[in-house]
Amino acid sequence: MKMVIAIIKPFKLEDVRDALVAIGVHGMTASEVKGYGRQKGHTEIYRGAEYVVNFLPKIRIEVAVPSDRVGATVEAIIASAKTGQIGDGKIFVTAIDQAVRIRTGETDVDAL
Amino acid sequence: MTRDSGRMACGIAATLGLIFAAAPALAQEAISPIDGGDTAWMIAATALVLMMTIPGLALFYCGMVRKKNVLATMAQSVACTALCSLLWFAVGYSLSFAGDAPWLGTFERLFLRGIGMETTSAFAPTIPELLYVTYQMAFAIFTVALIAGAVADRMRFSAFLWFAAGWLLFVYVPIAHWVWGGGFLASAGVLDFAGGTVVQLNAGIAGLVAAYVLGKRHGYGTDNFAPHDLSLAVIGTGLLWVGWLGFTGGSALGANARAVFAIAATHLAASTGALTWMFLEWWTRGKPSVLGLISGAIAGLAAVTPASGFVLPWHGVVIGLIAGALCFWACTWVKRRIGYDDSLDVFGVHGIGGAAGTLLTGVFAVAVLSASPDAPEGSPGLFEGNARQVLIQLYAVIAVLIWSGVLTYILLKAIGFLLPLRVSEQHEIEGLDLTQHGEALQ
Repeated sequence: MKMVIAIIKPFKLEDVRDALVAIGVHGMTASEVKGYGRQKGHTEIYRGAEYVVNFLPKIRIEVAVPSDRVGATVEAIIASAKTGQIGDGKIFVTAIDQAVRIRTGETDVDAL
Repeated sequence: MTRDSGRMACGIAATLGLIFAAAPALAQEAISPIDGGDTAWMIAATALVLMMTIPGLALFYCGMVRKKNVLATMAQSVACTALCSLLWFAVGYSLSFAGDAPWLGTFERLFLRGIGMETTSAFAPTIPELLYVTYQMAFAIFTVALIAGAVADRMRFSAFLWFAAGWLLFVYVPIAHWVWGGGFLASAGVLDFAGGTVVQLNAGIAGLVAAYVLGKRHGYGTDNFAPHDLSLAVIGTGLLWVGWLGFTGGSALGANARAVFAIAATHLAASTGALTWMFLEWWTRGKPSVLGLISGAIAGLAAVTPASGFVLPWHGVVIGLIAGALCFWACTWVKRRIGYDDSLDVFGVHGIGGAAGTLLTGVFAVAVLSASPDAPEGSPGLFEGNARQVLIQLYAVIAVLIWSGVLTYILLKAIGFLLPLRVSEQHEIEGLDLTQHGEALQ
């Protein structure tokens, strides 16, 4: 099992969700985060006081999939989250040691 | 009962006895006919001015501080409203408006004794005196609440309460007496319709002094101090702007044409101030900010306050323009140059605006509008050929500047001997909401 973690632009969340549902991946966790990579921040000015804001709002989604579905998942995310502008985000894939469905007690692939 | 609580109970009983002894007058005061129209308007104006503090100023200020200090900032407005109201009723009104000594009022109206249903004040002969008391109370509260903006994010709540009480009695009351209560500035012919000196400049200077005495906020100049929620500040501005129509309109102390002239000049000054600041910021910074719009409006309101009932509507436009530009410059360029941390620009907007407006009153005052039973010819300003009025206004500005500045400093230092004025650095970092009040926005 693999955990696919993607940092994406916030307005792309619904597109990514639709794309994943279309390939049969049901279930994700989304959180609001701040971050930066190559995308520059912006400057806010309040009565002459300037503040440079480096951290930009992003959405982090985590999707747990069986190892054989990783490729399709990553491709689906890329296709739906991409805008071509700097700041589109990144995808990381990590291994999952164990997964459990709380309601039923099913483990590993049955829990995904 | 313990000995201490027994003493306290006696003290409370004595105080209550005094308060209730001030009930319906048997004393024979000079009685003027109370006018229903004037009274109705003044009741409404009182409510409008009270609204300016709660929640007008509370919202205006809290929207501009960081999230961790929002509730604490509001607490200052609400608490000082409550505290200063009681002090005003007890002794503040009497010392401001009773008697006609040049420096201070008398205790004639201590705990409002002698005020009955038919009693009127010589200053407002067509409305019940108790209404005049309450109307003036709303001004006093607003002035004290204004100062809180200068020391936002770092003042200890207990110290602030002591300061509010002391400042009302030692700074506001004397100045109110000098300008409005028949004191020496009134005798000198100072024109201050609704409080350019008594309220705006007074609070502005006190704010500047307080900002210096308390020192800069931790992280000032380096950390991100972006406002928590400017939409709250905009709502606050709306309440202030609308309430200001009672602040100036009500200062005519009657439902008459002068009140309307005051309201017109007030509204035009606010509008012009807002646009002036907006355009200046657009030109110098590239974008017109919402904070700039509302700051300009308040600057215009502060400046037109002393002039409002004495000038023509178009004068209000000019005053708004000058105030918008002057205060914009003061809050951006001057503040950065001198380096003081007046958190919410009490001095830059109210201090500078009030001073400028007071002087401009001497320029624009119209004899016909400034006529009163005491001065039937009125007091013309520079434009009507009386250059001396500007000097009289300057005299008032200097007197208020000195008294407010020096007394505020002494008061803060005195309180500082008893308890720290600022919260600890750790508490300042954690935020006043949690550390001073045990509460947090969720």
